Amino acid sequence: MSIVINHLTYAYTQGGKPLDPTLKDLSFTIEEGSFLGIIGHTGSGKSTFVKHLNGLLPCEKGTVVVDGHDLSQKSERKTVRSLVGMVFQYPEYQLFAETVFEDVAFGPRNMKLDESEVKSRVENAMALVGLDQERFSDRSPFELSGGERRRAAIAGVLAMHPKYLVLDEPMAGLDPLGRREILALLETLRTESGCTIIMISHSMDDIANHATKVLVLEKGSVLMYDTPQSVFSHSEELQRIGLSVPGITKICIELNRKGIMIPASICTEDEFLTWFREGRQHA
Amino acid sequence: MIRFDNVTFQYEKADTPALSDINLEIREGEFVAIVGHNGSGKSTLAKHVNGLLLPTQGGVTVCGMQTSNEDDILKIRQKVGQYIIASPAEITGNGAPYRQKVGMAFQNPDNQLVTTVVEEDVAFGPENLGVQPSEIRERVDEALASVGMTAFAQFAVHHLSGGQKQRIAIAGILALKPQILVLDEATAMLDPSGRSELLETVKKLHEEGMTVLMVTQYMEETTGCDRIIVMKGGKVVLDGSPADVFTHTDILTASNLIPPEPVIVRDALRTMGYTLSDRVLTAEQLAEELCPSL
Repeated sequence: MSIVINHLTYAYTQGGKPLDPTLKDLSFTIEEGSFLGIIGHTGSGKSTFVKHLNGLLPCEKGTVVVDGHDLSQKSERKTVRSLVGMVFQYPEYQLFAETVFEDVAFGPRNMKLDESEVKSRVENAMALVGLDQERFSDRSPFELSGGERRRAAIAGVLAMHPKYLVLDEPMAGLDPLGRREILALLETLRTESGCTIIMISHSMDDIANHATKVLVLEKGSVLMYDTPQSVFSHSEELQRIGLSVPGITKICIELNRKGIMIPASICTEDEFLTWFREGRQHA
Repeated sequence: MIRFDNVTFQYEKADTPALSDINLEIREGEFVAIVGHNGSGKSTLAKHVNGLLLPTQGGVTVCGMQTSNEDDILKIRQKVGQYIIASPAEITGNGAPYRQKVGMAFQNPDNQLVTTVVEEDVAFGPENLGVQPSEIRERVDEALASVGMTAFAQFAVHHLSGGQKQRIAIAGILALKPQILVLDEATAMLDPSGRSELLETVKKLHEEGMTVLMVTQYMEETTGCDRIIVMKGGKVVLDGSPADVFTHTDILTASNLIPPEPVIVRDALRTMGYTLSDRVLTAEQLAEELCPSL
């Protein structure tokens, strides 16, 4: 199964009149089990695009089909929302309940699950994000640290058991350790539960290290849709549209400038050091 | 220029101090980066420089004046231009009243800009200080030029990008003619091009003589500074030049920080037998020293 996007075009309206389209004729398929990284300059349409994946914005032109459910059919939206979980920017601002437990339980209760199932899902989700049951269940979400609050908010989405998890800048504002914890969580979800991850991020290093596919949006169109190795080998084009490249790619560019022929596809620390270990062969 | 003497600070209701026994001296014209994990005390430290927070114990001296002395606090705040992260609760709607009180701007550009036209916003601070109109004009022009935004003087603030808004907010601080610039996570909400734009502006101000204190989580932003102070659990665990600080990857890791990529790669290559000096902190420097041995 997969998410199939076909000729998706979207324009916001102002005073009843459509503005220039924010998304222009997007067509591609997000494979189940993949880790899709979405990059693009501010205003390139990243957030607008992901809001189409669970029907938060309507499909006016073109279609989005999630596991066979066409989102242009209003009747399908509810089904799709149970498949696609959405974590917005700074999700901790949306915490509202009196205790962490109640907050995480909000989604599953809305799904009308019985209380024993709700409890087991909450416990499970809290364990996944690394919030200890005993220490955190009865505490107010507002007493937690920034990183803990972020994880509590993500737990609330995980408790609904999404098959596709969409995250908009999930690491923004976290320190390096907090970032690493969230990334490790996403890897666990993907490899152990088979959850498909769709993540918007400004961190090219995180994308290079974790994504299996990268979508580059530029002014609402697909500029590239490929593996990180292939996308980041086009560093000049990325820099032209105001994006940066992973730290390792920057090093490779400098080496290339000095005449060292290091393959342009190298974009992670592992790949870089392996190339040195294996005698610096040309690709 | 700035001195912390045995500074301990504890927030009300907190079990442990946010800063414990900090001793620091920052000299005129220094460009200092302050790094640390969330909750390490780095922002708390920054908020002591203009007396927004006062030490529970010990003292902070700025340009010879104690921040705890109420008679001096306004003078101190005219010397310290401060750019901080403020939570929505601290700002409550429009940032103007708070900014007026303490003479500083906020990290979230949409809350900190108080008027709709760029040059009016930059003029807001000096107007509040009662500066003569003719001098305000001069200061605004100069401040906009410093951040490279002269061409945008008549623009509507809401039409600017995030990076541009941040530069306007900095211009607003510069128009107050501070001697010290304190930036708290000023780049956190910017995309990569906005971040490098802002960093260039700050570097230029430093080159022109400004003392800069920059709190950041992005380690690669610190390699061009004169000095890096690493905080952990309310204490200073490292204090030195970038070349010196990045030889202590063990302490950085124990402080939940990750060195810049070129430093990680440098250390890995050394274990493979390549000779690389401690001066290697950036991609350019790494390539430079690595090439002769390839």
